[in-house]
Amino acid sequence: MSDQNKIIEELPKKEIIENSKDLSKKMIELDNLNKWYGEFHVLKDINLKVGEGEIVVVAGPSGSGKSTMIRCINRLEEYQEGIIKVKGVEVNSDVKNLREIRSNVAMVFQHFNLFPHLSIIDNLTLAPVHVYGKSTKEARETAMYYLNRVNIAEQADKFPNQLSGGQQQRVAIARALCKSPDIMLFDEPTSALDPEMIGEVLDVMIGLAKEGKTMVCVTHEMGFARKVADRVIFMDAGQIVEENEPETFFNNPESDRLKTFLEQILAH
Amino acid sequence: MVYDLKSAKEPPLKERGAIAWIRHNLLSTPLNIILTLVSIWLLYIILPPLFNWFVLDANFAGTTKAECTNDGACWVFINQKLKLFIYGFYPESELWRANLAILLSGLAIFLVASEKTSVKIKATALLILPTISTILLIGGFLGLEHVATDRWGGLLLTLIISFVGIIASFPLGLLFALGRQSKMPIVKTLSVFYIELIRGVPLITLLFMASVVLPLFFPDGVDFNKLMRALIAITLFQAAYVAENIRGGLQAIPKGQYEASSALGLTYWKQMRLVILPQAIKVAIPNLVGSFIALFMDTSLVMIIGLYDVLSTVTLASSDRDWLGLGTEGFVFVAIIYWVFNFAMSRYSVKLEKKLDTNRRD
Ligand SMILES: Nc1ncnc2c1ncn2[C@@H]1O[C@H](COP(=O)(O)OP(=O)(O)OP(=O)(O)O)[C@@H](O)[C@H]1O
Ligand SMILES: [Mg+2]
Repeated sequence: MSDQNKIIEELPKKEIIENSKDLSKKMIELDNLNKWYGEFHVLKDINLKVGEGEIVVVAGPSGSGKSTMIRCINRLEEYQEGIIKVKGVEVNSDVKNLREIRSNVAMVFQHFNLFPHLSIIDNLTLAPVHVYGKSTKEARETAMYYLNRVNIAEQADKFPNQLSGGQQQRVAIARALCKSPDIMLFDEPTSALDPEMIGEVLDVMIGLAKEGKTMVCVTHEMGFARKVADRVIFMDAGQIVEENEPETFFNNPESDRLKTFLEQILAH
Repeated sequence: MVYDLKSAKEPPLKERGAIAWIRHNLLSTPLNIILTLVSIWLLYIILPPLFNWFVLDANFAGTTKAECTNDGACWVFINQKLKLFIYGFYPESELWRANLAILLSGLAIFLVASEKTSVKIKATALLILPTISTILLIGGFLGLEHVATDRWGGLLLTLIISFVGIIASFPLGLLFALGRQSKMPIVKTLSVFYIELIRGVPLITLLFMASVVLPLFFPDGVDFNKLMRALIAITLFQAAYVAENIRGGLQAIPKGQYEASSALGLTYWKQMRLVILPQAIKVAIPNLVGSFIALFMDTSLVMIIGLYDVLSTVTLASSDRDWLGLGTEGFVFVAIIYWVFNFAMSRYSVKLEKKLDTNRRD
């Protein structure tokens, strides 16, 4: 059985493991990552290691390269210099590596990106059935398990556009979980949502964090960062400017750029 | 301050039923009133004479032109030439084969269009039934007389050419559409070159080329019949339009769909098949059907390489010495045939669009 196929078996009845962090075991390693869009140097010497079960929150002004960085991790973007490893496997053009990385890493997007032509349940079972070789029955059971976890099981047969933004994003998280990834990437998962729906999505993410999933979240939800992050990273102009554990990050920012940034986002 | 709940009342009389409809659609503005009156007057001028020609003054019974004594249409002509219009020169004793072939292919279309059949059944039907139809039409086995393709004609031929043109051009056009979006420069360039080349040339030119140029690629003696050439030319032609229609659909798909499906681990072909194309084709359906309707009518151009489709059989029959001067009846008849098929296609496309529309909120 290949790594991609190990998936779901034990998951449906898995107990929630409280804080099973092993920071010495590196899940994601970015080493001197550099990336250009044409002439534009978008990522500059990024160094970042994320341990097992670690929750890293990435913040920074618009255009600072946050999305670009996390999209390099699952190779939605290519990079030109440096090296990225996911669970020790190098992220490069090798097809086998790519398969392994895509099965280990799941991503949740700002605009949900559900498949509008498929029902909710079919959105969830698509990859397990067609990529990871699960039977339809097994995939549906797993899907229902995760839909229950994000409190949306009763919507299983609806289509994405019939759900609210918050519901759609919870479905997107459930879809990402269906291949039981070790690592979850979130790119501003709540910033396209109406304020009253942000809470329901954050609750799901907090649940995952407590369960010990390795997570990298680009978000400006500072309450979330305070509650669950092990580390907060501040990016500006394509580089990591400051990183710290949440208390210090928020209470004693060192760089002026971070101070200004915090003032701006906490002002409203 | 608290207000009572109000119960719903009926709208005022002038906002209800037929009266409201007339007020809103026919008499809403002074210009609209004038247009309504002009339309009524035009209908009054046109409809009665048409009805007279088609029905009241028309001739239905008889076997020769001489029996068409009334002023109206001479439907006797259509009646007498019906076999020619429908089957061309297909031998009279073998017409059951043509009928069976049309029936089987019609069944294939029905199975493909039906909502109740699985993809497997659709694919099998589309592969097997037309093949049986073809074998049946050609014959030359089990005591079935061989009927060469140059004896096929009329509506039968029109349907065959359209059917093959539509079915065969679809996968080819799909590949060119994907090719045009490809990140591989060679594939992309070739696709763009092909599409733009074909779209820059009228079908009639391609048909000429097919009848003159294609045989040069094959060794002498290979019988490369006219119908085959026409089918190849039409398929290659239509593929370019299918490609452009599908490309239009592809462009409507947001980047997020590609990203989400890649992130889930779908490979290129699975991503296309399961996520991108179902949405892109849905967007492309109105244009695709439009171009299929255009193709259906363009098939009449095969007359220039000497094939007798339904339109050319009518032309042929109306220059028959016994039936001179009856072109109008013939062309009205062909127009009705074209209209029936085109209308069916366009209705089906509307139905399909509705069915595939998952953007509804209910
Ligand atoms: N495909 C692209 N081609 C060229 N430039 C790009 C491309 N994608 C992003 N950029 C540029 O790279 C920079 C970083 O973009 P990125 O999306 O990573 O920023 P971000 O930190 O995620 O910002 P936001 O908070 O607005 O999402 C921006 O200046 C953006 O204009
Ligand atoms: Mg971003």
